[in-house]
Amino acid sequence: MSATDRREFLSRTGKYLLLTGTAAAALEHVLAGRAEAAPGYAEAAHWWGMAIDVEKCIGCGNCVRACKEENDVPREPYYFRTWVERYHVEDGELAHPQVDSPNGGYDGFPERYSAVAATGKTFFVPKLCNHCVDSPCEQVCPVGATFRSPDGVVMVDRKYCLGCRYCVQACPYGCRFIDPRTHVADKCDLCYHRITKGLTTACAEACPTGARQLVDLKDPKDPVHEFLRTRTIQVLKPQMATGPKVFYAGLDGSVR
Amino acid sequence: MGSLIPGVDGYMYPNEVELQWSVLIVLYPFITGLVAGAFILASLERVFNVDAVKPTYRLALLTALAFLLVAPLPLQLHLGHPERSLEMYLTPHLSSAMAMFGFVYLWYLMVVLLLEIWLDYRKDIVARAETTPGWRGLAYRVLTLGSRNVSAGALAVDDKVGRFVTLVGIPSAFLLHGYVGFIFGSVKANPWWSTPLMPIVFLFSAIVSGIALVLVLYMSVCVARGVPIDMRCADTVARYLLYAFVIDFSLEMLDLLHRVYEADESFKSLDFMVHTRLYASHILVQIVAGTLVPIALLALVQVVSLSESARRGFYAAAGALTLVGIFAMRWNVVIGGQLFSKSFLGYTTYKMEFATREGLLTATLLLLLPFGILWGLVKLLPPWTEETARA
Repeated sequence: MSATDRREFLSRTGKYLLLTGTAAAALEHVLAGRAEAAPGYAEAAHWWGMAIDVEKCIGCGNCVRACKEENDVPREPYYFRTWVERYHVEDGELAHPQVDSPNGGYDGFPERYSAVAATGKTFFVPKLCNHCVDSPCEQVCPVGATFRSPDGVVMVDRKYCLGCRYCVQACPYGCRFIDPRTHVADKCDLCYHRITKGLTTACAEACPTGARQLVDLKDPKDPVHEFLRTRTIQVLKPQMATGPKVFYAGLDGSVR
Repeated sequence: MGSLIPGVDGYMYPNEVELQWSVLIVLYPFITGLVAGAFILASLERVFNVDAVKPTYRLALLTALAFLLVAPLPLQLHLGHPERSLEMYLTPHLSSAMAMFGFVYLWYLMVVLLLEIWLDYRKDIVARAETTPGWRGLAYRVLTLGSRNVSAGALAVDDKVGRFVTLVGIPSAFLLHGYVGFIFGSVKANPWWSTPLMPIVFLFSAIVSGIALVLVLYMSVCVARGVPIDMRCADTVARYLLYAFVIDFSLEMLDLLHRVYEADESFKSLDFMVHTRLYASHILVQIVAGTLVPIALLALVQVVSLSESARRGFYAAAGALTLVGIFAMRWNVVIGGQLFSKSFLGYTTYKMEFATREGLLTATLLLLLPFGILWGLVKLLPPWTEETARA
């Protein structure tokens, strides 16, 4: 190989390498913010949400435990993809509910309000990411690491998240946290690894009373349609105009 | 109702108990505010030909640069993955208020501040490049960027372009800090932040803090160098500080009045916070010591005839208190905005660490760093007008 050939060869190889590298980097950016779904799963055929029947929740904490186990959520009491709140509202005191959620309801709830000498009412409210259609967390992410998949699930690309925490500030519902081990944002993804395989979420599966149900709003056979039609439905903080897809039946006006 | 979690009163959503943004994020608007304010003071001389503040012109520009260079550091240190921060430039998410910071920052640094300083100093740089030996001379030769023409015609062009850059610079300075206010003001989930007044309050408080910093620096530097303080200059800068402060305070009071009168769903929770956890930093430090006292001192000078030394004392006290007050304002916005629950049912506590990545020690060093940089810049590019006149 003559000197000129070698020079030309090196120059060409260099250019190809550069181009391939750039293309690969570009592709990686294009692919960033895409969900990992099971093979054969049709994103466009689904529109996921959750239906919660407040009156059925008994505050057992099964959902919280199942979620932490399934999704390897840190066990400390400051990190939850889902948690359960106990509300106690004295008669007419809608603006001043007493709320607690010891360890997010992970260990259930210790007796606090006597059922015998009952004044007011006590009930449990399961909380999780609302998978908002107009999610503020997705809007504020500076790099697009938080994204909504075509089937309506708001997720975080952990390999892309900067850990700036703007999304945590932007969520009106307190559904996000920074995982202290990975330093990136984490939140409920409706057990995406399960639902794309035809399973339900870990929390819904663990619920002994069926208080929480994964719903597919695009599936005409999903019982959610009857649920939405026949029950009085509320979403959390509707004034935030975030388009939540967690639908509560029997939600008290004191819940925020 | 009490809480079993230490530092928490009432009910916080579990994920809210730990604060997300630390003292480093308090530094971020504080430092960028000083940049914008110092630059706007410098622009007064340049664009509006306010001759009296001329002795502070170059010092203000160098101050703005020193602080601007440090501005991204607290953000960088705060990120969970600082090594990914470049993604904000490469794949910015256009709907994110935060994504624009890199671009606003670069625009301001490269297009406005560096260019203006270079144009203003070019004559001095060329002169020093020709006379200074050794590596310092080399530095000046590099700083000329190969442009050594200092003929009257060339300098006239410099001046013309410089004036244009300043004209672009004023809205840019407004943009820089108004934008920082928008990052907070646009978070609808947080009623303590969410107000359209936030960018404009940030902007005016920035102007106030920048002017106060340059005033204090100018007087300290004069004392350190053993040269008399140009009182016409100090009086004028102090007067501008008063004007800006009155506007800033009016805006903040308008915001407060609006909140009190409207008393929306968040009001009781925020009001309680201001009277308890935020009382010292908000009422005592920010409003009383950091706003009312300096305004009173500055206003007194306007209505009572005081000796030069008394005025100097008043200005130094007012300037220093102003800086403390504006820092407290940033603290109250950033930290205060995270102390209450978005359920409006409880409050948490900020536990500042010391020698950690986001601790007090880091914050203190970051706050001292711009002064170190400024010292270096002043050595390299002396801003003293009397020396320039001699040269």
